[in-house]
This record gives sequence, C-alpha cells and structure tokens, in this order.
Amino acid sequence: MSTPIAAGTLSRPTPAAARARVMRRWRRRLAALGESTPATVGIVIVLTWVTLALLAPLIAPYPPNANDMTALAHTTPSRAHWLGTDHLGRDILSRILWGARPVLVIAPLAVLGAAALGSLLGLAAGYYGRWVDLVITRVCDIVLSFPVIILYMIILAHFGSSAWNIIGVLTLTKAPIIARIVRGMTLDLREREYVAAAKMRGESPLYIMLVEILPNARGPLVVDMCLRTGYNVIIIGALGFLGIGLPPPDPDWGGMVKDTYGMMMVWPHMALFPCAAISSLVVGFNLLAVGLRELGLRD
Amino acid sequence: MTEPLLDVQDLRVTYTTRAGEVPVIPGLSLRLDSGEALGLVGESGCGKSTVALAIMRYLGRSGRIVGGRISFEGRDLAALDATGLRAVRGRRIAMVYQDPMASLNPVMTVGRQLMEAPMTHEGVPAATARERALAMLAEVKLADPEAVMERYPHQLSGGQQQRIVIAMALITGPALLIMDEPTTGLDVTVEAAVLDLVRELRRRHRSAILFISHNLGSVVRVCDRVAVMYRGEIVEDGSVRRIFTGPRHPYTRGLLDCLPTLGSGKHQAPLVPIAGQVEPILARSPGCGFAGRCAHVELGRCTSRPIPLAAVQGEPDHHVACVRADELVGWTRRRAVAGTHVHGGPGEPIVVAHHLTKIYEPRRRGLRGRRAPVRAVSDVDLTAGRGKTLAIVGESGCGKSTVAKILSGLEVATAGGVTLGGVEVGTVVVEARSPAQKRSLQMVFQNPDSTLNPSHTVGYAIGRALRRLQGHSARDTDAGVARLLEVVKLSPAMAARKPRHLSGGEKQRAAIARALAGDPDVIVADEPVSALDVSVQAAIVNLLTEIQIARGATLVFISHDLAVVRYLADTVAVMYLGTVAEFGPVDHVFAPPYHPYTEALLSAVPVPDPDHAVARILLEGRVPRADEIPRGCPFATRCPRRIGPVCDETPPPVQRLGGNHRIACHIPHAELLRLQTGLVEPRVVGR
Repeated sequence: MSTPIAAGTLSRPTPAAARARVMRRWRRRLAALGESTPATVGIVIVLTWVTLALLAPLIAPYPPNANDMTALAHTTPSRAHWLGTDHLGRDILSRILWGARPVLVIAPLAVLGAAALGSLLGLAAGYYGRWVDLVITRVCDIVLSFPVIILYMIILAHFGSSAWNIIGVLTLTKAPIIARIVRGMTLDLREREYVAAAKMRGESPLYIMLVEILPNARGPLVVDMCLRTGYNVIIIGALGFLGIGLPPPDPDWGGMVKDTYGMMMVWPHMALFPCAAISSLVVGFNLLAVGLRELGLRD
Repeated sequence: MTEPLLDVQDLRVTYTTRAGEVPVIPGLSLRLDSGEALGLVGESGCGKSTVALAIMRYLGRSGRIVGGRISFEGRDLAALDATGLRAVRGRRIAMVYQDPMASLNPVMTVGRQLMEAPMTHEGVPAATARERALAMLAEVKLADPEAVMERYPHQLSGGQQQRIVIAMALITGPALLIMDEPTTGLDVTVEAAVLDLVRELRRRHRSAILFISHNLGSVVRVCDRVAVMYRGEIVEDGSVRRIFTGPRHPYTRGLLDCLPTLGSGKHQAPLVPIAGQVEPILARSPGCGFAGRCAHVELGRCTSRPIPLAAVQGEPDHHVACVRADELVGWTRRRAVAGTHVHGGPGEPIVVAHHLTKIYEPRRRGLRGRRAPVRAVSDVDLTAGRGKTLAIVGESGCGKSTVAKILSGLEVATAGGVTLGGVEVGTVVVEARSPAQKRSLQMVFQNPDSTLNPSHTVGYAIGRALRRLQGHSARDTDAGVARLLEVVKLSPAMAARKPRHLSGGEKQRAAIARALAGDPDVIVADEPVSALDVSVQAAIVNLLTEIQIARGATLVFISHDLAVVRYLADTVAVMYLGTVAEFGPVDHVFAPPYHPYTEALLSAVPVPDPDHAVARILLEGRVPRADEIPRGCPFATRCPRRIGPVCDETPPPVQRLGGNHRIACHIPHAELLRLQTGLVEPRVVGR
C-alpha cells in the first residue's frame, strides 16, 4: 500500500512552491467553473458590471449629476446621449454606470455581514442544541416573520438612510436565513466521526464549530450567498424606489426609476434602462449560483 | 450442448467521466444455463454491479455498452429497443438490489406493489394477482401474509423487506434472477435465513441466478459456479468446489488467504493481505491486470500481451486467466502454525465496566404523552486486560457501539460505570476528562468517509492531534506526523493529501495514526474494518495487531463479524439487546458450551468452504422493540433452546465457568455442553 519511504521527503514547502500550488488550485477551480454554462454566463455578466463600475469615472461620458438643458428638448437616446437623458437632462448611461458602484459595494458587503453573523448563530444553534437552539431559532423566526420592507422602513426612518445603515439593515434581516441553513447543516455535520475525534483530543467548541464544521458547510453557503447578493440588489433597488435608499442626488438605480416612472407613458426609456440594469445584475448572480450548485453536486 | 440461457460475449462497457471514457469492462464473457446459479465475486470497483446493470440495460446516462452481445433466450439484449426491453425486464429477468428500502415504494402497501408485476406484465385480473401475491409471501416465509399485504415498507424489518423484494422478483416466474449484494446490509442471523430461502426457492422455481457478492461465504451457500472478477475482467471461473479448494489464479488465492475464519486466531494463522491496492482502471496495460500486485508475476510474460481465460489442464470446467496457471498447482489454505499459541494470562485489568447501564430518554413529542425510554445497555460487566484485545460482538442494536461511546466519553452512563486504570470515567464526558485521560484512550471509527475531515489534509489531522495531546510544537509536528505515517505504513507524501484523494484503507490507516498520536493505553475501535474490502480489511487487522503488540496497548474492538473477532480477540463479549450473553477468553467462547445466542450466531456465519456443513439454527420469533424491557431473558423470544416460561419471566442467572468464562442462561452449562458438542464446532482450517 505504501511507497518506500525516502528520507527527508517531508521538508516544508518553499513559499514559491506554496504560491504555485495555490495558483494551480485557483486555475483548476476557474476551469471547472467554465464547464458549466450558467456559471460562465453568470461570471461574464457580474464581471462586466464590476468592470464598468470600476471604470465609471473614465468611461462615463458625462458627470452623473450634470444637467444638459439642451437635451431636455428631446430626451430620447441620441448620438450625444446613448441611453437618452432623464427629465432633468442628466445622462442616463452615465448615471447607470455610476449607480453600479454603490450597489456592487453594498450588496456583497451586506451578504458577507449576514453570512458572518448567520453562520455564528447557525453554528451555535446546531452545535449546542437545547435552549441555545431554541432561543436562536425563535429570535430568527421573529425577525423573519416581519414584512421585510416595512421593517426596513421603520429602521431606516429611525436611523436615517446611509450606505452603512443599509448594509446594517440588510445584514440583520438576512442573517436569520443564513443561520437556518447553517444550523441545518451543523445538525448533520456535528454527528460526523471527525467531530467526535476532535472532542476526544480536547478541542474547544469554538474550534470545532469554526474549523471542523464550518468549512464543510461552505458549498451550500457560497451558493446561497451568491443568491442573496442578487436579492440584495433587488432590495437596494426597492429601497431606492421607495425613496429611502441612498440620499440624492447621487445616482441610485432604484431612485432613477422612482424619479421617472411617472413619465413612463411618454418617455419609457428613463425608467426602463435602470430596471434593465437591476435585472441583468440579479440574473448574473442567480446564474452564478446555479452554476456553483451544479458544480457542488457533481463532486 | 444445449443453448445457454444467458450468453454474454465480449461485453464492453465504458463510463463517461470528466477524465474521459473509462473502459470499466474491457471485454467480458460469461454464460449461464437455465436453473444454474453463478456467483460473481470481487472487491468493490471490480465491475460486478456494472455487469448486472449492463445485462438489465440499466447503465444510466454515463454508462454505455460499446461492444459485445448479451444473448438471452435467443434475443440480444444489448441491441434491444425500449419496447423489447420492457417485455424482458421484470418478466423474464428480475433484479434484487442491496437496499430493500430503496427498491420498495414507501407510499404503497406491500400488497399493491406485489400485485403490480403480474397485472402489468401478464394482464391478469386483480383477484388472481392477489392470490399469487399471497402465495408468494407464504413462499418467502413471511408469517401472516394477509396482514403483510396491508403493510407499508417502513412497518417491516430489513429482513422482511428483503423477502418482499425477493417475492416481487419471483412472482412473474423469471428465467433469470439477478441479485446484487442481496444480504450485505443485513445482520448475520437474518442474512443466513435469507440465503437459505434463496437456495430453497431456487430449487423450486428453477430460475437461474446471477448472484453478486463481495462475501465469498454467502456465494458458497447459494451458487453452483463462481466467477471471480478483478478490474472488470473475469480472472477465474469454475465450480464452487474447484474455486474454493483448488484456486489457480493468484488473486483468488489472495482473496481466500486474507479471510479470517472461525477456526483460528491471530496467533495460529496470520492473515495474508494482498500486496498493494487496486490500480485505477483508467490506464490498462496490455497484460494481466493483477500483475502489479501478484507474488508470482514474471515481467514480460505476464505483462506483454492480453491473457485469455483458458481451461485448466485436466479440469475442463475450470477457467483461469493466468499464464502461469499450470505452474501454480498445489495450493492449500493458510493453516494453523502449531506451537505458536501464546496466551500469557488475561493481563491486569485496565478497562472495567461494572453494571454499566445507558438509558436514552426520548424527547417529548408534542403535548401528549411521552414515549418509553430506550434501554441501550443494561447492567453490563466487562473487563479488558492491559495489552490484550477485548472484542464486543453482536448484531445491530445490541448496544456495542453505545458501550464504545461511553468508554470514549461521547456518552455518559446512566447507572454503573467504567473505570480506566482504576479511575471512574464512565460518568465523565470527554470534555471533562483530564488531558492524561484523553491521551490514554483514543478511538478509531467505523466510516472511512467521515472519520477524516474532508476539508483538512491528513498531515493537519494527525499534526493537530499531536499538538493537542502531546503538546508538540509546530517545529516537531512534521517529524511526528512522518513517524506516525510510517507506523501505519503510509508514505510521508500522504501528509499533504486531502481525504478525497485517499482510498478507504488509506483513510482508515490515517485515522489509526491520528488515534496513536496520544500514544494511548487503550484504543477503542468501533467496527474499523466493516466498510472495507476483504484484502484491505486483512491489512488493517494485521496493522492493529502489530501496533498493539509493539506498544502494549489495549484494544477494545467492536464488531459484528465473528470471524474477525475470532481472529483478533483475546477476550470476547457477546452482546444481545444491551446485555452480555456470554463473556470469556476467545477459545472458551468459540467452543461449547455456548450461550444459545452465540451458538446461533456461529451457525449463521457464512463460511467460504464448500465442505463446511453445519446444522443451521434458524432464529424465529420477534426481536423485542428497543423500548420494551423484557422481564426475563432478552433472547427468550427467539431462543431455539427456550426451556419454558422461566425464560420469559426471570432474568437468566450468570453462570461462571472456569477461566473467567460466563454465560447468562437458564440452562445449566453442563446441559448446554451436552446439547452442543459436535453440533457447530468450527472446523479447524487446514485440518
């Protein structure tokens, strides 16, 4: 069964070799992702938006808040304004490009926050069981039972709307969902023999939860985080539409729709283009999630 | 010569994987006459199930038949379309799978499922189908067929479910019955009853049987002929007698040599594992697939060209795929080496269980009522001597794993306790044990797939144990890991691998290395070899023995396999429904007088020897539910030697025989000895 044991084969790997191994692993993962069509399409969409957002200061044809009064006469798409202008003469393309920036910061940050908080809650509930589980699941149920938009409105009305407050609210309201998922997986994973082995060598519960259990829950967790990022994009749009998103005048996709939907009958492009931006980003994250799940099932 | 029922010619099957087309079956031929039973044996991954699925054309999306013919009753199944297949499947060929729960529909009553086959295949009216279902249920020996018809699968035990699946397969009177590991998930006494049933039904129905199993013992019980598979090819076939008494292929011999038998222990006849491990099927060399592991290999001759299955000289019905077959004559089974019997007394007691009891309180369900508590272990007394092996043997649900969990502190005793080196640990959870206590008792688990964390490398798992248990610094951890890997005979390069890149045996070795990190006085091994192939099992069993001798560690070995227990143990405890039925030195427990349960277990063990004839003791009667606490002897409901109401009413007295041997039974031991002498005495191998 064993190959002959050569002396000194177990030297520590050099940093360069370690780096090369990490690179190889990532290249392999990317190649695997490329095998799934939904994942490829999803990655392309999401990466396109990320690039556009990063390059917005360079490629946006106009400053996002500049009013072109001359364009007000004909706001529809033209050579000067590819996607037209809104009712205040602002270039829609520029505003969509700039508007991608807050969304692509807030949505993922809120998901990371929710994943961190939700994982800890879910791990504790699943691992300790009994009253810890009871308290955590009940609190989560209570949060989940509120109509979400109303909850956002209450909290944001109270604390005012800023990017950080939106992240905070999204984190708090999404954490229970992540907690449920992690709890379910923990209930299963804590019965594994490697957890028993860890207990038998005297590991602390925190070590067992974070090092023995959490890494094995990462597959479904990553898929879910991807989906949640898409949902967060929708919610950020909805908050903007309700007027409690980011403070004006900086562009915000939801806010752009809110400002112009009244003119839908006359100038549909003003609301439609930001809507399309929201949808495409959401679809991108969803496809990425579908692709990741496919890959997870295959292993 | 008459036309065979099934004639498979040069069957080739490939699977499409990410790595490309894998030739799983590179060209296999076999024939089966009507009424004949052929056993297809081999270790996991050898392609035996693929052959069965190919015959049924059930290969699924990734498998493909790329060549060859499968002639069955004059039709080529390999070329048949969906309509043609429907006429054959279920009607002319029926299949029985390993897991009966997966073959039965959980939302339909057993009766409706049984009636389905004759109604769809033969178009008979429901009343006739019902009559036939009832008759079939009686034939598979299920008591009260009328009541069984109305039950749902989950209301039946595993053995009953498998009988139903067999009844369902035979109800249309198929010409060929394919059984894929039909008894693998069953307890040994249940397995014995199902095998006997198959044998009897075969005689009555004249169906041919293709019996697939990894267990050589069960093949002997059912089959006329055996074909041994290795890496997708048949390496040897012949009558059961030829294969088991005069095997020619080195792989067949290897398989037989690594099986522990009831007749001898580790001191008398060491197991001989097959060297190396199964090479991946991706790359095939032109020559013999077994060449890389074969002790008789001659490079060039064996490896240069394909080796066909050829008749053995003077034995026309015996075929071997080995160029040296005619040179490799004169094989005898591994025999006991006389005079090496070491005993050395029972050893100073290090683990002592006294009146150990574990009761699980079920959780309240809803507002109404509580369910009865489950008595998993009740009043168990055991002793393990320092440096010795205590084996706890019994069927599923007997409480043996609970004892292991209490020893290791993963559960605590409800009453009584366990002392480790004189200190009470049975009521102390592992978190509350002192570092020295944790170090001195470590565990090896059953499931190779869950014993190592898939997210961590082998080196991390062992290194972490060294740091926690021995306080190793980061610097000497690597050296320690390498040393432990060497002890379990793994290459140091394994340290960098994740478990998914390891075979089952390698994972179990790594898990043993992890348990050894604390240099424990006691190793508790809960079914450590049950999930492994026989050749790997032999290597692991030998490794455990070696480590135990080298380190003077005590081994508490939990198993359901009596042959392994006979081989490995110094002391044996036979458990039944949470109680110890019999306890004593291995030589005493495996010789009369036996507890009636031990006797039944021994008679049920499938022995891979066609000359081994025992009077089988069939256990009838019902196993008490887990939450019923029998007033008398727990075995009374099934005991073939029950002497009367006293068995049901009064707990059996513990009779102490010489040499620390004790039996919990109402029948006086002298009487047991008289009843049992000469009945099931295990045959000494190589007599």
